[in-house]
Amino acid sequence: MAISTLTRSTPATGSSQVIRQPRKKWTVGKIAAVTVAAFIAVLWLIPFAWATVTAFKSEADASASKVSWFPPSGFTFDAFINVFQAGNIPLWTWNSLYTSAAITAITLVISALIAYALSRIEFKGKKVLMVVIIAAIIVPPPVLMIPLFYQMLALKMIDTSWAIILPQVIHPAMVFVLKKFFDQIPHELEEAAVMDGASRLRIFMQIVLPLSRPILAAVAIFVFIGAWNNFLWPFISTNDDSLLTLPVGLQTIKSAYGVQYAQNMASALLAALPLIVVFLFFQRQIIKGVATTGLAGT
Amino acid sequence: MSSSTASRQISQPRTTLSPGVKAGLSLRRRRDNLNGWAFAAPFLVFFLVFLIWPILYGFYMSLTGKSLTGANDSLIGFSNYAEAFADAGMWRSLGNTLYFTVISTVPLVLVALVMAALLNIGLPAQWLWRLSYFAPFLLASTVVSLFFVWMYNPQLGLINDFLSKFGIPKVGWLNDPNVAMWSIVIATLWWTVGFNFLLYLAAMQNIPVQHYEAASLDGAGAWRQFFSITLPQLTPTTVMIVLLQILASLKVFDQIYQMTAGGPGGSTRPVVQYIFETGFTGYRLGYSAAISYIFFGLIVLVSVLQFVITRRRSA
Repeated sequence: MAISTLTRSTPATGSSQVIRQPRKKWTVGKIAAVTVAAFIAVLWLIPFAWATVTAFKSEADASASKVSWFPPSGFTFDAFINVFQAGNIPLWTWNSLYTSAAITAITLVISALIAYALSRIEFKGKKVLMVVIIAAIIVPPPVLMIPLFYQMLALKMIDTSWAIILPQVIHPAMVFVLKKFFDQIPHELEEAAVMDGASRLRIFMQIVLPLSRPILAAVAIFVFIGAWNNFLWPFISTNDDSLLTLPVGLQTIKSAYGVQYAQNMASALLAALPLIVVFLFFQRQIIKGVATTGLAGT
Repeated sequence: MSSSTASRQISQPRTTLSPGVKAGLSLRRRRDNLNGWAFAAPFLVFFLVFLIWPILYGFYMSLTGKSLTGANDSLIGFSNYAEAFADAGMWRSLGNTLYFTVISTVPLVLVALVMAALLNIGLPAQWLWRLSYFAPFLLASTVVSLFFVWMYNPQLGLINDFLSKFGIPKVGWLNDPNVAMWSIVIATLWWTVGFNFLLYLAAMQNIPVQHYEAASLDGAGAWRQFFSITLPQLTPTTVMIVLLQILASLKVFDQIYQMTAGGPGGSTRPVVQYIFETGFTGYRLGYSAAISYIFFGLIVLVSVLQFVITRRRSA
């Protein structure tokens, strides 16, 4: 919050919000726009709605050849109860939560530190370092899966949480998102502290970080969503059933339950729930976070 | 960058310094060197171990006959690459990846633009639209796949049931080799378009109001304003979104692996799945590393193209 008033020359007028005020009347064009927007929204909600209806059906109704939004034998919690009794979803959710939290925390710490150095400190080799890290942005994770798997095997980390966490903490693009933000913080704030003989680390922790909360939150959101939903690497690096993350666990459910459609949908919904709930509460922050970090690339 | 160098020059004029100050400066420079690398060190450790090393080691692997069964570790030169270039399976999967990239990028950009343009008109209940368009992006690929496999079910699925009301015969959404890739594109569109939509929306809201006010005064209608102000102003955003989308689509794996496992008959198998299977089901790590590098070459090519295009724009 504070930084927006610092970096913007005009005090936050919320220009974007005020723009469309003059055209508030309901024209034909606007009604048409609402209609199209609503049509798309309905299309976009159908998969959720259909999954929800299916999850609350009995298995018999779910696999009935006549498709119905209102099942003949009524709605039931059976599928959810069965999924919970199978017992894996809470464990997988926990696995996803702590691995994603660890990935996010480590990413934030190491990226903010190096971003500060790149933004503020003149040191030998900095230019080369920047080029190398920029170049690393283009390395697609699937290219690394084979050597990384072999490496993890050698490090005896396969089938540990470390195998999931450690390779996912490198986000070169996020380093530059942070660096760009640090660049905009006025130097005067730090120079006073330098005069007082404060160390770099103290300046970083006590002046720069508190001013950077919005961007840190944005990066955290972006990294967390990515880690929470990542499939390929956790899928490769873990076999142990007790270590599976939610997305990988669901894949095993799919093959195990086969034609139990109500249970499949109940599992999918339970897996989707945590992030959707978080989104409902932090909609504004998440949207802003994704928009600011998004263009920097994934 | 520019601001940091500017203020540095003000605080440290380079001319006429007494020897004492010079010594102080070199001390400071040494301390800066130390500090700089100390701040960079934690990131660099991870960077070297989990990114640089696997890149180098992967290339080395691609020159060996290494396999998960531990058979042949010796260097065999570029024969893996020679084999890959003659491998119809690799070409087919690479072709599938490119096909997916082309037919997914177009709707993923256009639909996102339409969504953002609609909202930008100033519809009421903004949060509702944002929520419904963006929510799928928060789902894991497996959730998306479960949803769509169920809706695509030929006998019991929602979509075929709906179509049958209009007398349209059952479609094998994921079983028909001519349709399967399109079905995956539809699921992907539903899943990830919200991301591009948000980027567009943010860019649209940054267009200065004055442009529209001036156009209004000149009597330009909403359509006119969209095509002569909004779209041109969005060009840099569009270029970025298209390029990011191409790079993202080239990496496609999750939803295809989960929905069709590359079938029917390999008609949807992307190159990442081919690498995955060659390495982990076929145990041929060296060979799959070689294919990884061919794929990597393709990504680098696109990225360089991106760099050149964006460079030319900003220059």
